[in-house]
Amino acid sequence: MCTLAHVFEAAGLATVTISAIRAVAERVRPPRVLHGEFPLGRPLGKPNDPEFQHDVLRRAFALLERESGPVLEDHPEVVIGDEEPLSCTLPPRFDPELALAVDEARGLRKAYDRALAKRGVSDVGKAVDADGVPHALDVLQNIVNGTPWKEAGIPGGHTTAVANDIRAYYEEAALELAGAPDVGGRQVEAWFFERTEAGKLILDVRKALAGQGAPQPVWFFMAPMHRN
Amino acid sequence: MAEQELGDAIIRRQIGGLPVPEFSETAWTPPPLLAEAKVAVVTSAALHPRDGEGFTVSDASYRALDHGQRQLVLGHWSPNFDRSAFGMDYNVVYPLARLDELAEQGVIGSVASTHYSFAGNQPDDVATIRHDSGPACAAELKAAGVDVVFLTPV
Repeated sequence: MCTLAHVFEAAGLATVTISAIRAVAERVRPPRVLHGEFPLGRPLGKPNDPEFQHDVLRRAFALLERESGPVLEDHPEVVIGDEEPLSCTLPPRFDPELALAVDEARGLRKAYDRALAKRGVSDVGKAVDADGVPHALDVLQNIVNGTPWKEAGIPGGHTTAVANDIRAYYEEAALELAGAPDVGGRQVEAWFFERTEAGKLILDVRKALAGQGAPQPVWFFMAPMHRN
Repeated sequence: MAEQELGDAIIRRQIGGLPVPEFSETAWTPPPLLAEAKVAVVTSAALHPRDGEGFTVSDASYRALDHGQRQLVLGHWSPNFDRSAFGMDYNVVYPLARLDELAEQGVIGSVASTHYSFAGNQPDDVATIRHDSGPACAAELKAAGVDVVFLTPV
């Protein structure tokens, strides 16, 4: 974003940038920046809070009144990302013949479908669609169980895409099940990686891939960098 | 006992230390009065319609988004940020409803009919965005009469 601000401004457009990582904005020095110390992924600060979002916009647009720059200001409110796992019931074990995560994913399908019907769009789809999520989990379980990763048949051949789709499927179902108008910045992520079999499996797969000698980009981006 | 460092703080510290593009000077374009300005949103969230072209890893291209299109995929590849908020309220990343309200109130002149999305997961030098796709997007914004661009990351 900071780079685009330079490019746009040089082309004759006035820009205001919301910054998520202050250290980057300080070094790239785009023309006008309002830094928001908000949970990453929430540049307007708070979902379903029009008043707060308008406050961010008002402070950002006020920077357009400056006669020279670069200018970097901070939004005065810091919003800390809650890392307490979302309170969200998981489906009971149904088919003991299936791997835990596969059984779990199947049990969440109705919630996922309801979420999709409400929102009208889903982030699942980089490597697999919702129908492909249980199979993708089965493939990951096989890698943990010792199948060489190059022979495992990773859908789309891309571990990051697969992890992205599995997590999106779960998180969209979780928001539907929780039914809350707002949840903290990392509550859904914490629920996924700490409470679900799929999340734990992805963390295990990262270790298994590293143990098999897979290149770092193959496993590193399957989960947030602070979840080693 | 030391307090455990939160995920956002760890990620900010690590990404904040990565190489960034350097600019010898900061360009500066004076805007018109805000109440007369046409405003567009450009986001690095890699937003795209489900039936539109998605973004690949390190994709330096961009997508034009119609103002009326609100059912959008958050196509960014990074696992490091919260995706739930966008699922609950797109305005927290892509504040079109808020801009519409500001236009109705006369705070801004108007809202552009087309907005743009890039993918934030870029090579460190962001060369293509600096020299190719960024200027091309700027030309489209200029051609549409946009005065002010509001940039949001995820």
